[in-house]
Amino acid sequence: MSATAEAHLASLARPDAPPAIVMDKVNKWFGSLHVLRDVTLNVGNGERVVICGPSGSGKSTLIRCINRLEQHQEGRIIVEGNELTDDLRSLDAIRREVGMVFQSFNLFPHLTILENCTLAPIWVRKTPKAEAEALAMSYLERVKIPEQAKKYPGQLSGGQQQRVAIARALCMQPKIMLFDEPTSALDPEMIKEVLDTMVGLADSGMTMVCVTHEMGFARQVADRVVFMDRGEIVESGTPTEMFETPKTDRLRLFLSQILRGH
Amino acid sequence: MSDITAGPVPTPTASRRAPISTTGPWAWARANLFSGWASTAVTLLLAYFIITWALGFIDWAFVNAIWSVPNNQTQACRDLKGVGACWAVITEKHRFILFGTYPYEEQWRPLLVCLLFIGLYIVSAMRRFWRAELGLIWIVTLAVIGVLMWGGVLSMSFVPQERWGGLPITLILSTFGIAFAFPLSILVALGRRSKMPAIKMICIVYVELIRGVPLISLLFMASVMFPLFLPDGMNIDKLLRAQVAIILFAAAYLAEVVRAGLQALPKGQYEAADAMGLSYWQKTGLIVLPQALRTVIPPLVNTFIGFFKDTSLVLIIGIFDLLTAGKTAIVEPAWQGFGVEVYIFIALIYFCFCFAMSRYSQSLEATLNNRRR
Repeated sequence: MSATAEAHLASLARPDAPPAIVMDKVNKWFGSLHVLRDVTLNVGNGERVVICGPSGSGKSTLIRCINRLEQHQEGRIIVEGNELTDDLRSLDAIRREVGMVFQSFNLFPHLTILENCTLAPIWVRKTPKAEAEALAMSYLERVKIPEQAKKYPGQLSGGQQQRVAIARALCMQPKIMLFDEPTSALDPEMIKEVLDTMVGLADSGMTMVCVTHEMGFARQVADRVVFMDRGEIVESGTPTEMFETPKTDRLRLFLSQILRGH
Repeated sequence: MSDITAGPVPTPTASRRAPISTTGPWAWARANLFSGWASTAVTLLLAYFIITWALGFIDWAFVNAIWSVPNNQTQACRDLKGVGACWAVITEKHRFILFGTYPYEEQWRPLLVCLLFIGLYIVSAMRRFWRAELGLIWIVTLAVIGVLMWGGVLSMSFVPQERWGGLPITLILSTFGIAFAFPLSILVALGRRSKMPAIKMICIVYVELIRGVPLISLLFMASVMFPLFLPDGMNIDKLLRAQVAIILFAAAYLAEVVRAGLQALPKGQYEAADAMGLSYWQKTGLIVLPQALRTVIPPLVNTFIGFFKDTSLVLIIGIFDLLTAGKTAIVEPAWQGFGVEVYIFIALIYFCFCFAMSRYSQSLEATLNNRRR
């Protein structure tokens, strides 16, 4: 295992590796509500996918199925060659390889920034404490807040907290990063600092799946944009295709709505 | 980004001091005590009652009080006819109230036990001792306490449990009670939220059954009914049976308090821990409990204080705790009629322990929460 942020991120470029995520005809219901309908989506290694769509379209549920925060009921999901089943051991293996960043940061308020970042490496990966701290500091430098390491999450601004959350997920040295609306809970002036961090991460070759309404970000980094509505994937393609020449009425309507809002 | 600034930063307007009339004791008194003619009237009336009562109490408790009498000659006390306190009853009987029927020459042992308990509380309360070694300190101290109470070794005479009494009994019942009930309650609270139906069911039934009966009936069951189910010749110590009843009872109540804390924790905390790949016990021990228990410090300590005083209910099954010892002390004809003094003495002891718990919980809450917004 590599001990610095740079070495970890450099190791991610594996052009011949199998697809990072395979979702095949995935279905999910909340009670009787059909929230995911026959979703089929493959994410290649190093690919950056942005998922967008109106609220309630199932995009958060989809991304949360990838590390089984939600369980799908039909279809198959294979992450880094491991199929998601009820087998807890394969689930642990998957969660070690998949980092997640939440809309509401979800930092642990009773632990310092550094402890937030070293907790999982120490307890899950069994990394020695000194090594885990060195790794955490190198990621905190990457997200440009090493000087906050001894503070508690409550003492940081929203944008800083979200950058810590990104560093915390990276400390597990994942192969895939999931972002669930990472900028939706932020004040406007803090969105840019988080997006900049994510752009930097995208440039390093990380496989990323990102639910976001930030179309500028999608244009800048996404290899592919996936548009969801009412639990199904309506359309997908490169950002240029999607934003310049949308094929479906639903996407056109969605784009006109979010562009009017900006 | 911090290195991008748009032009010079404007100097903020200097902050001024608040107007003098809104701060200080006079302003406080005017706002809270004399804000209108009705409030002024109530303030003066209450002040009159409080001062009259306080003067009367000082007369009774200190000025006219008798502090000691020779050879149980309580006539001097009786001649006071209530205008002064007869603290002589405490001077005479304090050893009996504190240590019950424990052999008189050996009462240094329960005294030492009480001091050990208090030392244990103080050490446990200090954050710098919150390490794994603290568990060891507890085990050693409790073992020493057991040796001191029973004796029979190190040239200390053996004292059967039936002769123990007073404050050590109260401290033993409440300390062991909380020390065992608290961890048990955490397990029960976690069990009630478990996804495994059998475990969840057991925990719900346990909590609802125990909460559904009064502590007194549980103590009766432990002392009268339980021995009937034991095989002939087998006997479990009466104090131990009462202790187990108290532990089971306290754990059911504490479990609900702990569960409230678990429910107050945002779902995102569980999800973040899950997403990192932490196991159930890692998640519970590192993320969930440290936060959940912090939230419920006030109701937890509330329950602790309640159970500290509830241990006095063991008097109905004939265990000699502090309160029972006090009642027994004034049965003797010479001292009959001086209950008020004895009860004030006992109340003071209870108050010291409960008030210390309450103050400690407030400071703990403040230190643990000062970093959270």
